[in-house]
Amino acid sequence: MTEHSYVEVNDLRRLFDVSKPWLNRMLEGGERQYLKAVDGVSFDIARGETFALVGESGSGKSTVARMVVGLLPPTSGTVAIDGVSMTSAAASAERQRLRRRIQMIFQDPYASLNPRWQVDRIVAEPIRAFRLIETERDIASRVGELLSLVGLHPADGGKYPHEFSGGQRQRIAIARALASNAEFIVCDEPTSALDVSVQAQILNLMRDLQDRLGLTYLFISHNLAVVRHMASRIGVMYLGRIVEISNGRELFARPKHPYTRMLLDAVPDVGMTGRQRIPVRGEIPNPINPPSGCTFNPRCPFANDRCRMEIPPLLGGVACHAIHEGRLAVDAAA
Amino acid sequence: MPQPVLSVRDLRVEFVTRRGILKAIDGISFDIAKGEVLGVVGESGAGKSVTGSAVIGLIDPPGRIAGGEILLSGKRIDNLPPEEMRRVRGKRIGMIFQDPLTSLNPLYRVSEQLIETIRTHTNLSASAARKRAIDLLAEVGIPAPERRIDSYPHEFSGGMRQRVVIALALCAEPELIIADEPTTALDVSVQAQIIALLKRLGREHGTAIMLVTHDMGVIAETADRVAVMYAGRIAEIGPVREVVQNPLHPYAKGLMGAIPSLETDAERLVQIPGSMPRLSAIPPGCAFNPRCPFVFDRCRVERPEPIQHSEHRVACHLYDQSSVRSEAVA
Repeated sequence: MTEHSYVEVNDLRRLFDVSKPWLNRMLEGGERQYLKAVDGVSFDIARGETFALVGESGSGKSTVARMVVGLLPPTSGTVAIDGVSMTSAAASAERQRLRRRIQMIFQDPYASLNPRWQVDRIVAEPIRAFRLIETERDIASRVGELLSLVGLHPADGGKYPHEFSGGQRQRIAIARALASNAEFIVCDEPTSALDVSVQAQILNLMRDLQDRLGLTYLFISHNLAVVRHMASRIGVMYLGRIVEISNGRELFARPKHPYTRMLLDAVPDVGMTGRQRIPVRGEIPNPINPPSGCTFNPRCPFANDRCRMEIPPLLGGVACHAIHEGRLAVDAAA
Repeated sequence: MPQPVLSVRDLRVEFVTRRGILKAIDGISFDIAKGEVLGVVGESGAGKSVTGSAVIGLIDPPGRIAGGEILLSGKRIDNLPPEEMRRVRGKRIGMIFQDPLTSLNPLYRVSEQLIETIRTHTNLSASAARKRAIDLLAEVGIPAPERRIDSYPHEFSGGMRQRVVIALALCAEPELIIADEPTTALDVSVQAQIIALLKRLGREHGTAIMLVTHDMGVIAETADRVAVMYAGRIAEIGPVREVVQNPLHPYAKGLMGAIPSLETDAERLVQIPGSMPRLSAIPPGCAFNPRCPFVFDRCRVERPEPIQHSEHRVACHLYDQSSVRSEAVA
């Protein structure tokens, strides 16, 4: 393969050390303990595409996001953006140039903006950090331009974050992300803290900006309906692994993996179609001591001995022995 | 018509602040019948949680009930002395809050908390109360309750903890349960289990449930009737299927359109411009008028009162027969 995708994530793995302190281990005995937050995650994102990772709490989706932008070093595996490795030490000079093109939007707009800075200083910070514009006058006009772009008034730059509502703050966070002419934006639950009508405003804004500026998004969310609305391709995560990856429409029309089917069935139905659904069984197991084999096997109605022993590989967009062996028909849920 | 379990008449709740009196609830009325689930939905600041707190008498100063009546099975409870209200709370009205970790005491075993609550409200002996506690845990779907009952709250997962909280609310077989965002802190797969549990309990015990949430999906799954709140008033109330599929009030319409769907594709979501007004700056006339696409002169000066329109009660001038614009919408 000569043509590389814009973002390439390969066999990403991250362990967290959750052992007791050294002294306790010495006195009480006990081994070091590791939590596998992310285990062998691979995907790629084309330029201008929205790729979403969806999963419940503890599935590792935010850990993947933080490794992709370089906030957290992976235990093993590689991340490459536009052909530049984010993980190897050799590419550090190139990586420095790449940095300004990658930005992140966080979940809580109350925590991600410095409360003691005025909005124009917040939005101008990336411009100053990367020395993109020289004169103060030009910076001020660029900040005004960015604020109008996200639907705020240029005069709002003189206010402090507490003077804005949650939705407006998320607009400020988006303006800041765009300030360095970013191409790739990682959005970690950008609308989970917002009310539905405000969520609709932010999602519409993000799609408009993508159309106008050709942005590439990695979109992290637990909300399946939001993900369906935003993403062209979706990866479903369960306990640190991608269990199914496919294009959005396909995933919702013909979910393959038993976990995806269960998750889709669990979403409360506003349409009230009265569709038949499989009741949810069990809960997410403790990630420190996950089940052997396929981690979903204790909750899966199709599990057999092989599922309890052997981790299924991601083949044909789904990691499930029952589907690979043809025991479970793909169309069953449709 | 049988007597409703809960009847709220023209309730008003105010908060006295240095900058003046804020009207958090401004004249709302609704009933909940035996075995019925009433969903109360709205965005942050709509007054849905304050309504719940007012019913259980937990409005603390500087807040106060400024007018109206709250009747539980026909008897007024809003003017009871604190000591009597304390006996109503827990015995006749159960409560379930959003965060199951903060509604359980982390220092006591689940058994101690359940048995204490049961013995406060009934005259069962300690051993009979323990047996009842185990039965309750089994009923809310906790596996091996006779072993799990002596665990501490932190030994349960989030979903299991919320089940314990529901068991606590059921201790005295209350007539009414107020559930304030009971599934908001939970993952979708666990949320589905808790919703199914609430529905079953309402059906089997005939308990009336007031379900406060911002999640329209949860309401659509669980409630029999739904009240849509906006800026301290009920914009629209009616049977859940009617309100979800055929909302009348422009705010309810916008709210339904703003929810991304799992079934249909939309290039853009319906967006309501602006955001909910602050309590200190509620516009005159209809509180929704600055954001409403159908606004006309009367909306800016006169506050719409709820009127019956087929199965809905809706507070909007568009549906008033005397209003000039009514034909245009119909």
